[in-house]
Amino acid sequence: MPHDHHDHSEGALSPSGHPYRLDNDGPLTEAQAMEIAVRELLIEKGIVTADEVAAAIAHMDTRSPALGAQVVARAWHDPTFKAALMADGTAAVEAMGIDIAPVKLLVVENTDSLHNVVVCTLCSCYPRMLLGLPPDWYKSRAYRSRTVREPRRVLAEFGLRLPDAIRVRVHDSTADMRYLVLPARPGGTEGWDEAALAGIVTRDCMIGTALPKV
Amino acid sequence: MAEPGAEWVRVKALGTHGLHVRAPAYMRGKRGVVERRIRPFPNPEKLAYGLPAEERMLLRVRFRMAELWGAGAERPDDTVDVEIYEHWLEPADAP
Repeated sequence: MPHDHHDHSEGALSPSGHPYRLDNDGPLTEAQAMEIAVRELLIEKGIVTADEVAAAIAHMDTRSPALGAQVVARAWHDPTFKAALMADGTAAVEAMGIDIAPVKLLVVENTDSLHNVVVCTLCSCYPRMLLGLPPDWYKSRAYRSRTVREPRRVLAEFGLRLPDAIRVRVHDSTADMRYLVLPARPGGTEGWDEAALAGIVTRDCMIGTALPKV
Repeated sequence: MAEPGAEWVRVKALGTHGLHVRAPAYMRGKRGVVERRIRPFPNPEKLAYGLPAEERMLLRVRFRMAELWGAGAERPDDTVDVEIYEHWLEPADAP
């Protein structure tokens, strides 16, 4: 699409009707300047290479909720694994061959009388090694401030309306642990293998803002 | 929510003077029950300033919504579990 006749002034909309995102031409923040300075020094001194930095970023980007879904599916399928997972989440996940160091994982289980939901009010702590990068809303001030105050209303906005009989337990991930919600296995999945079970476990199910659907 | 023998604690209502701390403001001065002792970690409030960090016990404390938000609580018996370092906690009587 030619770009020479568009009006890019403030408030103009793209051909699809969306506002243009402003170019990030502002000055670097102190943290951004520090990151660039440290990275360039490390490369200049031969401690790391630019390729290694790019590879580390690419490795992080391979993390996705599919890893967490495998963990949930195995817990549904294998009671021994589930017991180990609840007792020591880090060790159980590493025993599956998923490297989550240095994360310390705590798994919290939904039941027919309890629903768990995870938030980090202080920043955006999130089990990236199992779920990949957090969604933008997880880092928003609205989600962070409202989830500890009115979790039922927040969950309803995600389409999850919990019956009164279910207690809500919010986990504020403020420090060194990372949390994974183990949803209850839905009815109608009897006889499914782990791969099929993993297919219904979404990212939001493991944050606690959704339930698996069959 | 509290069972007999529950260990009640209160989060110290300290000012933070803009320093990096790991105890959110909404729980300071509030009373809850120790859910578990996780394990000691190097004190993040020292690490944040590049200082030598002694190990401090990290606990999880469970608060009722009614304790955190008073009469404005969305559902008084829902709860929030929070990780808090031991130096933010002091023993408290059961309510």
